[in-house]
Amino acid sequence: MATSALDSLPAPLRSLRLKTKQQELLLRVSALALIYVLAFAVRLFSVLRYESMIHEFDPYFNYRTTLFLTENGFSEFWNWFDSESWYPLGRVVGGTLFPGLMVTAALLHRLLRALSLAVHIREVCVLTAPFFAANTTLVAYAFGREIWDSGAGLVAAALIAIVPGYISRSVAGSYDNEGVAIFALLLTFYLFVRAVNTGSLAWALASAFGYFYMVSAWGGYVFIINLIPLYVLVLLVTGRYSQRLYVAYNCMYVLGMLLAMQIRFVGFQHVQSGEHMAAMGVFFLLQVFFFLDWVKYLLNDARLFKSFLRTTLTCVITVGTLALGIGTASGYISPWTGRFYSLLDPTYAKDHIPIIASVSEHQPTAWSSFMFDFHILLFLFPAGLYFCFKRLSDATIFIVMYGLTSMYFAGVMVRLILVAAPAVCLISAIAASATIKNLTTLIRAKSRSPQTTSGKTTGSKAAAKGAVDQSLPFQHNAAIALLLGAFYLLSRYAIHCTWVTSEAYSSPSIVLAARGHNGGRVIFDDYREAYYWLRQNTPPDAKIMSWWDYGYQITAMGNRTVIVDNNTWNNTHIATVGRAMSSYEDEAYEIMQSLDVNYVLVVFGGVTGYSSDDINKFLWMVRIGGGVFPVIKEPDYLVNGEYRIDKGAAPKMLNCLMYKLCYYRFGELTTEYGKPPGYDRVRGVEIGNKDIKLEYLEEAFTTSNWIVRIYKVKPPKNRS
Amino acid sequence: MATRRHVLLLAFATLLALAAAAEGAEEGPRGRRLLVLLDDLAVRSSHSAFFGSLQARGFDLDFRLADDPKLSLHRYGQYLYDGLVLFAPSTPRFGGSVDQNAVLEFIDAGHDMILAADSSASDLIRGIATECGVDFDEDPEAMVIDHINYAVTDVEGDHTLIAGDDLIQSDVILGSKKIEAPVLFRGIGHTANPSNSLVLKVLSASPSAYSANPKTKLSSPPSLTGSAISLVSVMQARNNARVLISGSLDLFSNRFLKSGVQKAGSKTRYERAGNEQFVTETSKWVFHERGHLKAVNVKHHKVGEANEPGMYRINDDLEYSVEIYEWSGTSWKPYVADDVQLQFFMMSPYVLKTMSTDNKGLYSTSFKVPDVYGVFQFKVEYQRLGYTGLSFTKQIPVRPYRHNEYERFITSAYPYYTASFSTMGAFFIFSLVYLYHK
Repeated sequence: MATSALDSLPAPLRSLRLKTKQQELLLRVSALALIYVLAFAVRLFSVLRYESMIHEFDPYFNYRTTLFLTENGFSEFWNWFDSESWYPLGRVVGGTLFPGLMVTAALLHRLLRALSLAVHIREVCVLTAPFFAANTTLVAYAFGREIWDSGAGLVAAALIAIVPGYISRSVAGSYDNEGVAIFALLLTFYLFVRAVNTGSLAWALASAFGYFYMVSAWGGYVFIINLIPLYVLVLLVTGRYSQRLYVAYNCMYVLGMLLAMQIRFVGFQHVQSGEHMAAMGVFFLLQVFFFLDWVKYLLNDARLFKSFLRTTLTCVITVGTLALGIGTASGYISPWTGRFYSLLDPTYAKDHIPIIASVSEHQPTAWSSFMFDFHILLFLFPAGLYFCFKRLSDATIFIVMYGLTSMYFAGVMVRLILVAAPAVCLISAIAASATIKNLTTLIRAKSRSPQTTSGKTTGSKAAAKGAVDQSLPFQHNAAIALLLGAFYLLSRYAIHCTWVTSEAYSSPSIVLAARGHNGGRVIFDDYREAYYWLRQNTPPDAKIMSWWDYGYQITAMGNRTVIVDNNTWNNTHIATVGRAMSSYEDEAYEIMQSLDVNYVLVVFGGVTGYSSDDINKFLWMVRIGGGVFPVIKEPDYLVNGEYRIDKGAAPKMLNCLMYKLCYYRFGELTTEYGKPPGYDRVRGVEIGNKDIKLEYLEEAFTTSNWIVRIYKVKPPKNRS
Repeated sequence: MATRRHVLLLAFATLLALAAAAEGAEEGPRGRRLLVLLDDLAVRSSHSAFFGSLQARGFDLDFRLADDPKLSLHRYGQYLYDGLVLFAPSTPRFGGSVDQNAVLEFIDAGHDMILAADSSASDLIRGIATECGVDFDEDPEAMVIDHINYAVTDVEGDHTLIAGDDLIQSDVILGSKKIEAPVLFRGIGHTANPSNSLVLKVLSASPSAYSANPKTKLSSPPSLTGSAISLVSVMQARNNARVLISGSLDLFSNRFLKSGVQKAGSKTRYERAGNEQFVTETSKWVFHERGHLKAVNVKHHKVGEANEPGMYRINDDLEYSVEIYEWSGTSWKPYVADDVQLQFFMMSPYVLKTMSTDNKGLYSTSFKVPDVYGVFQFKVEYQRLGYTGLSFTKQIPVRPYRHNEYERFITSAYPYYTASFSTMGAFFIFSLVYLYHK
């Protein structure tokens, strides 16, 4: 149709006519450009809905460190000892974070400054994640082209641009490690597959640098350093060993490991921790393999080689096991960490590490969230696997393995849906692209067949199949119907993604929104109100005790010292806070005195119906506190195994510090029409202890919707 | 011309003298305005010796009836007085804006009080005493009776006039001169609240004393007996406000101050009872004329440096010094002791050192920062009987080494350095040979 329109044009314009190849390129580039813009733009809902602000919890720490980095330079940042968190232990921030994100944002900021664009670092931080998400689409395109064809690449780019599983962690303001890490992860994988496909040192080197960036950005790099050896192992077992693989893996592993050691937080883990031993084992295995290959070539005698093989293998296995055994026994090689175990065994954390299990994003995934985050990709994924197996190559084996392993991990932990999202998009893209391509060839072949029976176009398998099945009735119509169906599904996907992004994933969670009676939006800005109150009204060296969830926000926004924060590196310290919260007031007072606490901050949703408050998190405080201090026993807070806060609640529950601080003066308040005073709107009950007297603390500040309540710890009594 | 020079000289001399005077009369820890609350203005004359000794020491006494309707402790947020003498045992309520809480707030704001009760003590006075950690006997008729250690009088009485000599062993509270004569006491007994660690019994009853109504027969065992009974107690609050509580108002009276005393069963008769010395010395202590310490010039720095850093590094050597002075009643004198300790504290003391003194008030010590990073505190907790508590902390973070503060080359690692560099060199040579030597 386009050609006929062009034909009617005057002669000078006709020279602008493009060749088919150029047309295709133009289409591809413009589609990619649109996808790039789309990926960025769809993540801006949160800025439009609320304002340009940092979201959630961890991003506040990242923002604070980035600010420090831009103000004090890299050397200070690298050696930063933060005395404002984890009082009185302090935290060696420089050595306990992944600096990739902060350095990236700071470099972007500097670049913009150099271009005379006077932007504040906060805006850079807010937009870092969308920017990198947009870049991810480019990588997805390249990756898709590498493993299938450019059509699959384009579809993959389009799918990944709006897949909710990825958007959930990369909206504007979600300034977290994952924002850049997914880009780095996919880039590393792409470069490695490319290195395997080409056998080129340069690509392997590039993938080592991609790995280095990933290590600097996110702890999820452990996935790479385990998946790639696993992939190599699978190739070895399936007899797909090649010189290309040898070059790619050795270069990537050795250089990647050396580079990764430059990150302070990672240090010598690549040679000392159990999680990284698989990579090292595969590295040695490859050498043995290569060596045996060489010996086989030299000996040229099957029988001799067989006996040689036997002795070598025995030796290697003995030495390897011995080394691993001695290393583990002597403590040189650290055993697997709890986090790693909890990934392999979903029930592990629940039994052993309450602090990991208490985080909502570490919960096992519900099937509905798979549906929510992947939508039709969930159905396209198996289809894509089918296509991959049908056209097995080194590259497709890789994507299959990536897809399957990450899918398993996504089932173990909600947050790991993020890691699975690119794989699912790529595999689904193969399915979508291959199906549509088959269908269109079918339609085209049919329409063209009466004119010229040019059998040369039937190069691809699918087209050949179409030619064979020509005898089928209604084939043309069925193909059109299927194509329409595919387009319908894909458009539903686009609608679903947009809806999910705007409704579910664009909330900053620091500002809460609800619908009022008349349907209008009500904004609860209590968190910031409380943090600014702390900033303005408390002495600069005041120590604030709160549950660890709010630690980062208090230090970043309130600029005050906290006892514990979201970097849960010291379980005992957190357990101490949990113990204080679940003790009686006088016992808690002693703990608070020993920690020099000046203020206590609790989050309470009983007035507004905000359900993720401290009363709902309270059992975790009891569990974590009880894990270290056995005087705290969970059954003391339960009635017949039931968690209650009304009149039937356990006496210890009704008189523990957390209960008192949350419900202080709440008994006087009528929250809902037709309900008695002291009616908790989250739990839906009338509270059991309305007459709360505080002896060692006094109310200092309660925000307008009672979401955050701050109490001042009184000094010891003057006269006794 | 000459006269003019004389005038100038004179003016200069006056200035100098004024300056010297100003220097001599140093600012003490407490002001000198006292409010004296009385039941009855007659007490003013019956206790004039005690009041006279206060006035002679420079106090400015304001005598008021306890139920004076214009009574007020503060005006426009400022306290009008620096101390309170509460000689109004039977007052049921104070006049004006003063009530029990006002008195307690007055103490909590860092002011001192002498409270004297007797057997007619009202609930108000008992309430104030209770809040200060002292419980008077609940029986309103009860008095302290001692059939063994009573004071001999002309008529054989009911043995409620007690010659107490069980005094606290503290030069700071009772002065350096020993009180030889027994102290006369007639009034109600009290006990120190066991949960209150701040109360000290200054004058305790003897083991044979008990508290009961002397006019009736003892039908049931008395609730307070023996040396658990305190006759006079002091309480030093955490903010160093000092309170003296006596069960006897007569203890301060002219009659007791001037009379002689002979303890039953003892041959020695003293011309004067110990009361005068006792009330003078304890009132000196209560109104911070003695036993008040202050710490100034808290300094710390690295060895070899003068400025105070904002942060130390682990294993730094540092010096810490503080000056401690004691108020002698007229001037600040260096405080001399050998037991002032410094803690370097993070949840528990990592370093605990006794500081050495130069006997001129300067206490100092030096130590190495422990090999632990975190937010530490320099902490001095100096609590000695009778002295005001010294408790001051200074927060200081201790950071780990920076990346470039470690040794660059470690001697024991030289084999590794040689190994790696020789491997590099060998590889280079090997490459050359392999590539160009066919």
